[in-house]
Amino acid sequence: MPKPLSLHVPEPEVRPGGVPDFSGVHISPAGEVGRPPVDVDPREIRDMAFSIIRVLNREGEAVGPWAGSLSDDQLTEGLRHMMLLRALDARMIIAQRQGKTSFYIQHLGEEAVSTAFRKVLNKGDMNFATYRQAGLLIADDYPLETMINQIYANSEDPLKGRQLPTLYSVREQGFFTLSGNLATQFPQAVGWAMASAIKGETNIAAGWIGDGSTAESDFHAGLVFASTFKAPVVLNVVNNQWAISTFQGIARGGVGTFAARGLGYGMPSLRVDGNDYLAVHAVGLWAAERARRNLGPTLIEYVTYRAGAHSTSDDPSAYRPKEESAAWPLGDPVIRLKAHLIVKGVWSEDRHAQLEAEMLDTVVTAQKAAESHGTLHSDNRPSVRDMFEGVYAEMPPHLRRQRQETGV
Amino acid sequence: MARMTMIQAIRDGMDVAMGRDNSVVVYGEDVGYFGGVFRATQGLQEKYGKSRCFDAPISESGIVGTAIGMAANGMRPCVEIQFADYMYPAYDQITQEAARIRYRSNADFTCPIVIRMPTGGGIFGGQTHSQSPEALFTHVAGLKVVVPSNPYDAKGLLIAAIEDPDPVIFLEPKRLYNGPFDGHYERPVTGWGKHPDGEVPEGHFTVPLGQAKIKREGRDVTVLAYGTMVHVALAAAEDTGIDAEVIDLRTLLPYDLDAITASVKKTGRCVIVHEATLTSGFGAELAALVAEHCFYSLEAPIRRVAGWDTPYPHAQEWDYFPGPARVGAALTQTMEA
Ligand SMILES: Cc1ncc(C[n+]2csc(CCOP(=O)(O)OP(=O)(O)O)c2C)c(N)n1
Ligand SMILES: [Mg+2]
Repeated sequence: MPKPLSLHVPEPEVRPGGVPDFSGVHISPAGEVGRPPVDVDPREIRDMAFSIIRVLNREGEAVGPWAGSLSDDQLTEGLRHMMLLRALDARMIIAQRQGKTSFYIQHLGEEAVSTAFRKVLNKGDMNFATYRQAGLLIADDYPLETMINQIYANSEDPLKGRQLPTLYSVREQGFFTLSGNLATQFPQAVGWAMASAIKGETNIAAGWIGDGSTAESDFHAGLVFASTFKAPVVLNVVNNQWAISTFQGIARGGVGTFAARGLGYGMPSLRVDGNDYLAVHAVGLWAAERARRNLGPTLIEYVTYRAGAHSTSDDPSAYRPKEESAAWPLGDPVIRLKAHLIVKGVWSEDRHAQLEAEMLDTVVTAQKAAESHGTLHSDNRPSVRDMFEGVYAEMPPHLRRQRQETGV
Repeated sequence: MARMTMIQAIRDGMDVAMGRDNSVVVYGEDVGYFGGVFRATQGLQEKYGKSRCFDAPISESGIVGTAIGMAANGMRPCVEIQFADYMYPAYDQITQEAARIRYRSNADFTCPIVIRMPTGGGIFGGQTHSQSPEALFTHVAGLKVVVPSNPYDAKGLLIAAIEDPDPVIFLEPKRLYNGPFDGHYERPVTGWGKHPDGEVPEGHFTVPLGQAKIKREGRDVTVLAYGTMVHVALAAAEDTGIDAEVIDLRTLLPYDLDAITASVKKTGRCVIVHEATLTSGFGAELAALVAEHCFYSLEAPIRRVAGWDTPYPHAQEWDYFPGPARVGAALTQTMEA
């Protein structure tokens, strides 16, 4: 008689009440993983889907073949972007509690990924992001006040109050309109890139997706199109370990990695320390160059940790130990870049504290300016007219009748 | 009897069904350890074990596809789609597979699954946490579609749905989870604690699918509603003083034609309300049924009050939501016609 079968349901190492344990997470030493030429045969670098490219070591030094892609000034600017994003998040979470908006999504712990990646793109390139990449806008100097106008859905909201807070759209700055429906943007990024190739242009696209969302069919649809047509696209998986309350093992399954999903599609698949600003930039640059040289897509997994709640509607203490984020072995991206700049002698604790105050000030100033145009429940908000407009290029008669029924 | 919110009643419904029948399994995104983002499955994993209540990968097509496979192998899956707005990746599995397994195999295989999904607006959820896609299911042969409006019905209907031999789409108006909502958003919220329908039998009971319920008897005009709109319609009757008969359809498919026609033949007038967009909404089907079956009793044109034909907005939620003022105006106009 064969033994009866039983269902395997993966579980995270620890739950609330337990002691965080990341000893099972294999972390490659900084500098260890090699840097192949961008025209490498993907079959020769399959092992890169299982290691982690890291530049910053424990001492705060930049080491190994991926170091050196950024100047001191660029690094200081990067620190500034991460800290600005962090300050914005902190203020917006408070604003949500105060009822100035309905909802907010923060980036705590993941600031390096989007801010550093933005710097590998050129004007005219396009991001198909998720709600957790506002750093793409911050690092491209998109006005904070405009972001907050959208978050507040006030009279100056560029999206007219139609969209959930943080779901920005900024074509001018390479930021495709965000969707609340997970993963849909992934094949769209590939399509944008295919169009660039069809038209014989030089711009590339970047697709973004979270660890949990890689389970959606659209993730795989994006990969197969990118692979088949060698689309000029960088495909980014942000593995922040959690999808709301669900640990990454549920989407990942087995013992692979998210990067390894790309191997079956024959594309270069790299894993990178997502909390290492220098590593994110260097790897992003490598992949962008491949895309620009018509060598095809690259899949990158950023290994990071969602240190905050999923959103303002979430309380992570219900499903993971409170201390887990402090135990995360890849540390905090701001602290690590700060340490590196101090080691290099171009930064100090004092200047850091100063910058922190300055960033808070910058956000508060933008916030005040935005508040002068109203907040979610105040009177100066987008109009009922705005609600009816923009469904079609031209309003059809049935909708016009409905609008007239409301008296506007 | 016990006092329950709608969330507690839904959880209790699954608990009772799982307790009685080992083939009932419950899964969906964040449904296992955490107990669901609305906490509808809280405690079920602990009670019934990980192989009967677990977290699914974020793949709605996977969730429904595997449920169909499990059902074919003798299980009764009751799966959760985190928001109805996220069912679209599963639409192929639901409409082209689940709905037709029985028909195309001549009952060689069947598909006794329940797909629960929070529906409707009223929580400032914007276009991806507010939709009411019921008409996208009622248009599909082979599906049953249920929308409860209170804790009592939610539990009784859910158990009936789980025990039903065919696939049931179970739409839960999320704005009603913790209390009745009559659309007067400016007023303080009251919970289910004092509402008569917050009193729910313990243990097993069912509310049969396909039966509407008269929530308010009246002589002047029939209001056909379901979900949150039942409470809005009751408020509109109260606000206008019009003696409306408010019918809670409870099950949209199969619909309770007898209850609908009996009421409209009595009142001679009919107003239909739903949150979903107007054009090709379920209200169109109801209006057609009333016209076909009650034409000679009608004293006024049938009116529909529904969501505007735009995507669900964020900031303009209360301009979009068909609240008691709009329903009241429709009642008044119908009476004046
Ligand atoms: C199609 C779809 N299904 C479910 C949801 C609900 N949902 C929103 S965020 C989320 C978790 C996403 O996790 P992950 O992809 O890891 O991204 P992260 O939030 O961690 O950045 C879920 C399930 C959704 N928005 N869209
Ligand atoms: Mg995640």
